[in-house]
Amino acid sequence: MKIIVCVKMVPDTTTKIVVAGNGKDIDRSGVEYVLNPYDEYAVEEALSIKERFSGSEVVILSLGPSESTKTIRTALAMGADRGVLLKAESTDPFVVAKALADEISSMDPGLVLLGKQAVDDDANQVGGLVAEFLGLPFVSSIIKLEISEDRAVAQREREGGYDVVEVPLPCVLSAQRGLNEPRYTTMKGIMMSKRKPIEEKEPILSESLLEVTSLHLPPPRSGGKIVGEGKEAVPELVRLLKEEAKIL
Amino acid sequence: MAFDIIVYAENKKDGFKRSVLEAVSEGRRLADTLGSELCAVVIGSDVGALAPALGEFGADLVLVAEDEGLGTFSPDGYCDILERAITQKSSSIVLLDASIRGKELAAKLSARLSAGLATECVNIEIKDGTQVVATRPLYAGKALVDVAFNSPIRIMTLRPKAFVASEAPREAAIERMEHAPDEGRTGPVIKETIDVGGGKIDLREADIIVSGGRGMKNGENFAILEEFADLLGGVVGASRSAVDAGWRPHSDQVGQTGKVVSPSLYVACGISGQIQHLVGMNTSKNIVAINKDPDAPIFAVADYGIVGDLFDVVPALTEEARRLRS
Repeated sequence: MKIIVCVKMVPDTTTKIVVAGNGKDIDRSGVEYVLNPYDEYAVEEALSIKERFSGSEVVILSLGPSESTKTIRTALAMGADRGVLLKAESTDPFVVAKALADEISSMDPGLVLLGKQAVDDDANQVGGLVAEFLGLPFVSSIIKLEISEDRAVAQREREGGYDVVEVPLPCVLSAQRGLNEPRYTTMKGIMMSKRKPIEEKEPILSESLLEVTSLHLPPPRSGGKIVGEGKEAVPELVRLLKEEAKIL
Repeated sequence: MAFDIIVYAENKKDGFKRSVLEAVSEGRRLADTLGSELCAVVIGSDVGALAPALGEFGADLVLVAEDEGLGTFSPDGYCDILERAITQKSSSIVLLDASIRGKELAAKLSARLSAGLATECVNIEIKDGTQVVATRPLYAGKALVDVAFNSPIRIMTLRPKAFVASEAPREAAIERMEHAPDEGRTGPVIKETIDVGGGKIDLREADIIVSGGRGMKNGENFAILEEFADLLGGVVGASRSAVDAGWRPHSDQVGQTGKVVSPSLYVACGISGQIQHLVGMNTSKNIVAINKDPDAPIFAVADYGIVGDLFDVVPALTEEARRLRS
């Protein structure tokens, strides 16, 4: 089975966000980039499927700036076989998904996996778009997966519970936290990843449908009020919640 | 009559989630701003009786697609209906609740209609009479962006609790939609729908959340948070460390790789307040922090802090709140 995993290079989740000079992006100086955490679950799932279905191949596909090869390399170090980088930048999920789908359509995938969202733009839509462009069924936010030769049974998280969903292969699945525990990269894996091929391509991007007009920070929260110490402070807290906050 | 605005009203068995009514209300507000009409769409089996309730929140017209076969959610089937509704009514603004299903449908519609999609919106403005500008959080809420659309149809999913559901009663016209069964599509099929957490509302919709972190020491101790939350009609959440330790399920996690919540009251117990947690809860109206460590970062965002052992403070708090209620 050929498994395509779409990944994205994103700022580390501890990054302090500063608005860039143009007021439309974050200041990227000094930002550390990592493999999107949700994509890690997708990579892990692909690798565990590969271990069960001999002759499978795991291909890592990313759209991003040239530094994204580092992100792809992380997935290769985990055990993926090869990478494809679509060297381009766009903040429009529609444009990104179209380019990814165009590339995937030439790859004859048995399964497409990706994170449910990237932790930079939190858009949570590329998976659904890719599936629709490819004409493949899609299940989002999966927390459990069983794969057989021609179908998948997945648990899709939902508000207040989950759905057990059966879907024929090939299909597109987006990974939610809880799906698995991503493996750590080993020194051997890192060494081996250096010899694995990453093909770089320049995709043709479609017209943007969204345009960022401004990026700004939320108003700071004015907290920091200590009511008191220990349970002696409880009556005063309850009074404040009732009279000042008007909630209890 | 022009129905510029269409809202998909995802239903529960017996009605609509608050967040769906919030989307209908926001649709009403936009319709008033544009001098247009608001259309809501309901899809499912036995949903006809639910339709008039949407008039209470401002829908001028409710399209009802009712069929035995629509009783279980089918992304393709539901999307076909919504696409047809949008085309029939020539709508240019499409609103959905930012639920998991809402997001699946929104992405499908975006691809099919080549329509820009802004997810998890927290504000929508009409500029210069017709231009739609949506505000949505990035980096789990560490930043916000304003986005404009370059497509004739504009789709937005609305974050729960970011908009206000307010009544704007009218007698909504009800129109039945013919439902064409799926044309031999082999899409996902829901085999089972499992509810967990005893039917409690989702964290993102909860008005009161009592959360525990590493300071809870083990999973059993969450019982004291459950007791307090139950008393207030709230639900229990958790920090990432509590989830990683296996004390709570991932669906309870508040924060960057969990849920972003904004209840009226958020009580953080034994949570130090790492940035990834803070971004998930700092839009709460009121934050209470209980922690042994006076230097814990959680206190910097808390409206009311108590420095102390949560195992003393929380039971006392439950007691005091119970006294107040009786």
